[in-house]
Amino acid sequence: MGLTVVQKILGAKAGQPSPVPGQILDVPVDLAVIHDNNGPLMMEQFAKLQIDAVWDPEKVWFVLDHHSPATTFRAAEHHRAMREFAARYGCRVFPNGRGVMHPVIAEEGLARPGFVVAGTDSHTVGQGVCGCFATGIGSTEMAGVLATGKVWLMVPETVKVTLSGKLSPGVAVKDIALFLLHEFGPQGLNYMALELGGPLIDALSLDERMAVAIMGLEMGAKNVFVAADEETLRKLGGRRDGDWFVTPDADAIYKEERNYDLSNLEPIVATPCLPTNGVPVQAVAGTRIDQATLGSCSGAFYHDLVQAAWILENRHVHPDVRFVIVPNTSQVVEKAARSGLIEKLIQAGAVISSPACGTCAGYEVGCLAPGQVCISTTTRNLEGRMGQGGQIYLASTLTVTASAVTGVITDPRELMGGDSVEP
Amino acid sequence: MSLKVIMIKGQIWKFGDNLSTDQILPSRFMTHTKPEELAANCMAGVDPEFACSVHPGDIVVAGINLGYGSSREQAPQALKHAGVSAVVAASFARIFYRNCYNLGIPAIVCPAFVAEVNAGESAAINLEDGVITNMKTAKQYSFVKPPAFLLEYIRLGGLVPYLLQVTAATESENR
Repeated sequence: MGLTVVQKILGAKAGQPSPVPGQILDVPVDLAVIHDNNGPLMMEQFAKLQIDAVWDPEKVWFVLDHHSPATTFRAAEHHRAMREFAARYGCRVFPNGRGVMHPVIAEEGLARPGFVVAGTDSHTVGQGVCGCFATGIGSTEMAGVLATGKVWLMVPETVKVTLSGKLSPGVAVKDIALFLLHEFGPQGLNYMALELGGPLIDALSLDERMAVAIMGLEMGAKNVFVAADEETLRKLGGRRDGDWFVTPDADAIYKEERNYDLSNLEPIVATPCLPTNGVPVQAVAGTRIDQATLGSCSGAFYHDLVQAAWILENRHVHPDVRFVIVPNTSQVVEKAARSGLIEKLIQAGAVISSPACGTCAGYEVGCLAPGQVCISTTTRNLEGRMGQGGQIYLASTLTVTASAVTGVITDPRELMGGDSVEP
Repeated sequence: MSLKVIMIKGQIWKFGDNLSTDQILPSRFMTHTKPEELAANCMAGVDPEFACSVHPGDIVVAGINLGYGSSREQAPQALKHAGVSAVVAASFARIFYRNCYNLGIPAIVCPAFVAEVNAGESAAINLEDGVITNMKTAKQYSFVKPPAFLLEYIRLGGLVPYLLQVTAATESENR
């Protein structure tokens, strides 16, 4: 009987070559990443284990992305403690301002094809675009991983989604994600693996694939896998010894297979308070906004800044709107500074913050007062996420930027004149 | 393995579907790590009265996808430090489910019980037998028991004491 990718990876690592869905395996971890939200509790739990070494410090990285650069006195203490822990056990810490865990791990080429990656962030699933198994765990479980190098995992069933077609003008990668979320619902993929592929995915950059894959968590996926190809290796800095290019067997058993041609996809907006609440942008067009933001692991890559600058060409942010951009890595900022994008965005009235999770959960930047409305490229629009009583709509960078210009939720196609070519 | 039967009795708090970790412990408390701080803000995003009214042993019941969203362990830690003895839901988001067991909180999937129980009623949970009883109606509901090693987490109080026990057992074998 054929095997899915997740059966192959988890089985091979655990020494069980043909595991069946539902089987529980003790799986060795190849890469463990801890951020500053779950780090302090992880270290507290690790201390209770009374051991004097981390299982393999070479495989352990700390990321300061949720409260960076130390946004509160408490955060500063946590960051200091994480640095001390890393120094004591020989693990490594990305510097302040390096950016958000998942895109940074891809830029550094650390998540390799065939790896098992455990991260203390729920959106760790997005690292699966590197051709690996990547999933999120909590603080206590990460303390266990640091002690033993293993995590128990139930082998999941897999849903295979194949995307084809070419996106229409005005439609962007976040629209793909919001479409899939609407199709599957908030628990449609709970406990399941998602294999994502097809000509449309193949044509995307690794950053764009990650923007989509990260959102897989919002329908409950345990992991999201995209097979590694030339584009993956380009982003990961080339092939390395040990890379394992896993593909599913032709006769792999899937829980479900779905094919979508997205040529006719329209811009989508997810209304409060679930990312799965997608509606066509026209259904909410005209809703007044106070804030627009590009941010998070999923919504503030270089391609997002390019699209925002393109919409803002010869335009200005509406005077009643704050347009907050939190690029997701320092490489994005550097590239945007060199290419002149930063200058264009600032001249058009955008506010640019340092790379971090930022506005995604009101982490000390871009917060909402009760009754205020934000449209955002971030990952979640849950009740109170940017501040109690604030309302969050999720949309693509094109829709968010168009709305920042007009002050109301706007179909970006209305601002895209005649012969201009979309970046 | 201990033979102590795990029995939990408590009063019910009931919540709806897709109750997120953002609601159980909002982002503004994310740099809080002390037990009393977490307990004091438990459920701040959904019911500001919860933290001051919850009693040790109380049981949190919710609809589908309980613990949806962020991996933040501050959310189940807040429930633990507030004294919540078990969580019962129609279904769970997976990281929250794991976090609960890792902290020694039983997370039980039992949609039939969730559908019929009301806030303020009491329930008794027998984790070894996989039975939950509504103390008001005396009606019993069965649920799929967690795997043996997760029951052991609950007996011992979570992943940390479990690992300490495994280490101690290995050391005594090697002696």
